[in-house]
Amino acid sequence: MPTAKIPPVLRSSTGGEKEVAVDGATVGEALRSLASQHPDTERQLFGDGGELNRYVNVYKNDEDVRVLEGLETPVSDADTLMILPAMAGG
Amino acid sequence: MPNGADIIRQIKERIEEVDPREVHHLVYREGGGPNGVPPSAGPNGTVVVDVREQHEFEESHLPGAKHVPRGHLESRIETAAPDKSKRVILYCQSGNRSALAAHTMQDLLGYEDVASMTGGITLWKDRGYDVDVPLALSAEQRSRYSRHLLIPEIGLEGQMKLLDAKVLLLGAGGLGSPIALYLAAAGVGTLGIVDDDVVDLSNLQRQVAHSQDRLGMPKVDSAEIAIKEINGDVEVVKYQTRLDASNIMEIIEGYDVIVDGVDNFPTRYLLNDASVRTRIPVVSASILGFDGQLSVFHPYEGPCYRCLYPTPPPAELAPSCGANGVLGVLPGVMGLLQAVEVIKLVTGAGEPLTGRLLLYEALGATFTELKVRRDPECPICSRDPESISDEEMGVFPDYEAFCAASG
Repeated sequence: MPTAKIPPVLRSSTGGEKEVAVDGATVGEALRSLASQHPDTERQLFGDGGELNRYVNVYKNDEDVRVLEGLETPVSDADTLMILPAMAGG
Repeated sequence: MPNGADIIRQIKERIEEVDPREVHHLVYREGGGPNGVPPSAGPNGTVVVDVREQHEFEESHLPGAKHVPRGHLESRIETAAPDKSKRVILYCQSGNRSALAAHTMQDLLGYEDVASMTGGITLWKDRGYDVDVPLALSAEQRSRYSRHLLIPEIGLEGQMKLLDAKVLLLGAGGLGSPIALYLAAAGVGTLGIVDDDVVDLSNLQRQVAHSQDRLGMPKVDSAEIAIKEINGDVEVVKYQTRLDASNIMEIIEGYDVIVDGVDNFPTRYLLNDASVRTRIPVVSASILGFDGQLSVFHPYEGPCYRCLYPTPPPAELAPSCGANGVLGVLPGVMGLLQAVEVIKLVTGAGEPLTGRLLLYEALGATFTELKVRRDPECPICSRDPESISDEEMGVFPDYEAFCAASG
């Protein structure tokens, strides 16, 4: 199963988990799998229409899924999905 | 007893003096390449020797001149002018020291054809002849920056670039503190610092440019003290203000590199837009908890901040260090990675972190690198910089709501 890496700001929604094994053949399915395992993440990942929130960056390995096929980007068991929030602390 | 002036006068009568015009004509026109391209030796192997002190020679000297300070004349002249039968022309600042040196070489050292140039380099320059202004460091600088001079990627050329560089630090806090200290130590010539805050006890866990005895002092003043303690030659330009759309263009103008260590999203977007307009590269980092992010946003050479983050997260997903805390060492790690990128941009050494985002996770001790692409539809950097207006700068979707929520 692909692995989703959870950023610190979302870990309160995953019970502190830093990595979550997710199901799915696409980025969208994998993120839905995360949201079903940890419902608190759903509102943070997805907008009302089911689209990925604009402020959430998702990388398949080292590439932004926006330059791939977005939520339709295929994923395999070996892939890591990195959920990346912007941070402003200085 | 004759006085010193009498002695110099008497000595000048016993030696040959040549006018700068003659030196220029003989040594630099006839002797060398076309029209005075400087040879180190002119016709008949003429050697020109500057007998002034090191710092005078470093300021400027005749093209191709050798340097033997008068105090080392007897011990070193044979290296510069090994053949005592060949013509040697000495000069100094105004023609006195070189006359005395010529006398010594002629009467004591057995040089057969020595002359002193009348009026020294002062008269030479008055006549409008060229001098070499070498890339050179003072003796103190050579010592101070010796470990830079030893690495070829920096070397003398890179150190001169650092000394000429103007770097603007946005924030003199967690990230800005170590950056300020190390860039000062590295010899960055001008450090601008923007910060409107004062030093608070809760800052000292990580903001190492400040100190217990400077609590309550404006951070720009405290940082200046720390910088000057390390390197008094650094020029510090202080801006005790908060960056906003009305002052940002004026403040950042003229800087070579901007270092972003600000603690809020509106200013990061504002800075991005202004830096794209002015094409100034930004070395950006942010920190929270045990996590840090780092990238270089070099306008039109790579993505900008908006290409990476088109819109900021809502306030509940964008806690500040004040609200959520940060490991005190973390801004040290990230700030010094920023300082490294600044030095690379200034000197041209290595591969800058343009188009790459480096993540550091301290608890797991992991570094992760992600690709950042230019967004062809970026609202800012896909456009001509001249077309970006003052009113657009720093604005992002839901700006009003964001700012209301984050207070």
